[in-house]
Amino acid sequence: MKSNVDGVLRADGIEGSSTGRRHAPLRFRPMGDRSFLVELGEKISPDVNCRVQQLMRQLQDAQLQGVRELAPGYRSLLVVFDPLAIAPDHLKERITEIDAHPLAAGLTPAKQLTVPVFYGGEYGPDLEAVAAQIGISTDEVVRLHTGTVYRVYMIGFTPGYPYLGELPAELAVPRRRTPRTRVPKGSVGIAQRQTGIYPVESPGGWQIIGWTPIELFDSGRPLPSLLEMGDRVKFEAVRPVEI
Amino acid sequence: MAGAKTFEVLSPGIMSTVQDLGRFGCARYGVAASGALDGFATRVGNLLVGNDENAAVVETTLMGLRMKALRDTVVAVTGGNLQPRSDRDLLPLWRSKLVREGEIIGFSGPASGFRAYLAVAGGFKVASVMGSRSTNLASGFGGFEGRALRKGDILAAGPTGDPVRFADRVFPPEAVPVYASPWRLRILWGPQDDHFSEEGRQTFVTAAFSVSPDSDRTGIRLNGPAVGRKPGLDESIISEGILSGAIQVPGDGQPIIILGETASGGYRKIATVVSADLHLLGQITPGDEIRFEAVAMETAVQALRELQNKIDKFKRSLK
Repeated sequence: MKSNVDGVLRADGIEGSSTGRRHAPLRFRPMGDRSFLVELGEKISPDVNCRVQQLMRQLQDAQLQGVRELAPGYRSLLVVFDPLAIAPDHLKERITEIDAHPLAAGLTPAKQLTVPVFYGGEYGPDLEAVAAQIGISTDEVVRLHTGTVYRVYMIGFTPGYPYLGELPAELAVPRRRTPRTRVPKGSVGIAQRQTGIYPVESPGGWQIIGWTPIELFDSGRPLPSLLEMGDRVKFEAVRPVEI
Repeated sequence: MAGAKTFEVLSPGIMSTVQDLGRFGCARYGVAASGALDGFATRVGNLLVGNDENAAVVETTLMGLRMKALRDTVVAVTGGNLQPRSDRDLLPLWRSKLVREGEIIGFSGPASGFRAYLAVAGGFKVASVMGSRSTNLASGFGGFEGRALRKGDILAAGPTGDPVRFADRVFPPEAVPVYASPWRLRILWGPQDDHFSEEGRQTFVTAAFSVSPDSDRTGIRLNGPAVGRKPGLDESIISEGILSGAIQVPGDGQPIIILGETASGGYRKIATVVSADLHLLGQITPGDEIRFEAVAMETAVQALRELQNKIDKFKRSLK
């Protein structure tokens, strides 16, 4: 089952198909008496991330008694529950059962968003340093950053903040030695094999290479976050005059 | 239904926000729970004034909040003893009290604890955003206009009929929590205790940690001997969901107890505070001392049951 809508990306959601491919058993890591992390793999990969997405959807649909929150990560799902309403061991059993019977219908199609970015200058104060550190031109950094369609692996850090991957290996740079105390809203950053967009002004340690006027989060919208886990993002270089 | 104007903020103090018991179900959008850091005090305060436990209250930190009543109403102050005063009368903690139009209440500073909660009959009336009235300070939504209170803000409360019938209720003194340093916080190991060295784990449960002045609503930062991880492990892990009470240990080995403003993180968590002790986190003050005690899951759940029993018993007494 293809879950992508753009027709270019590789097929996703295979783990959820009715072919029932075998995968690693779930691993539960307790976080206190009221939550555990359900780990679905060891590394960052689209397949593992799809499984996280799939399990979250199934648990949402199952509406298990006592479950208060589901927080997906790259490779794990945090399940928060009321331990007086459901015993942790019972909940683990239920989740294991549910995971063994994947959704027949697969995941709903992901959407792809093109994000306009002003690169460099006052919009991307770290662009030149990043280029110098890698040993390529700033144009080449922009070409590489805009040349990939990224997967939204998770939303976190601040409301609406998309963790996008994977950044081309050539662009992998460490976080800034000293994080900034204020990164402007709309800043586009990179760190290691990830890229992301700051939805609100916040502290931040990623290298800022550009800025976008897109509104990523609005608490008044029915779906407050513009992007959801599993969506796709492509960056497009624009000049301020074009907007 | 719009509420009636009930309080005017004369001074917001160090920091005062509108909170309920938290925002759940939106972590997948990166939205943390927020909410009152002392949930027990919030629940009791609301019950004292005849509200649902989850009604919105004002959480105030340390000192300085002053508010003028704009109509007769019933309030209860719970949580840390920030020495609440009224310009007309005594304002004892953990009991409901009728305040008169024009009466001024204020908080002069801590005798014990760090945060006090002001509940009002009918609950503070602010819009519910994503299912909660709590303030999300990072993104500026929820609570009162998405921000901490300021001088001149007018707070409304919901309709109550005749609030006087809720006046002079008392929460049993023997059930009131003790807020005092040195704190003994019960923890359960994990989720990543196996990433720490045996020595690091020993340090964690034997050392006394002091609370850093950098602590805020995002986390309680601790200073003490470094809690070491196993050799060969990176400083950070792949980002994952997180919740209040989780104790992360960054590269410098100084633990941070996560509070309600964070939905995900990329540091290792050595342990997590048990649910029954979470309410105490709201009362821990910079300069205090903390020791951690590892307990078994059954002990943690039993402690939570006992805490819940206190609430249930009190609820029954109100009927």
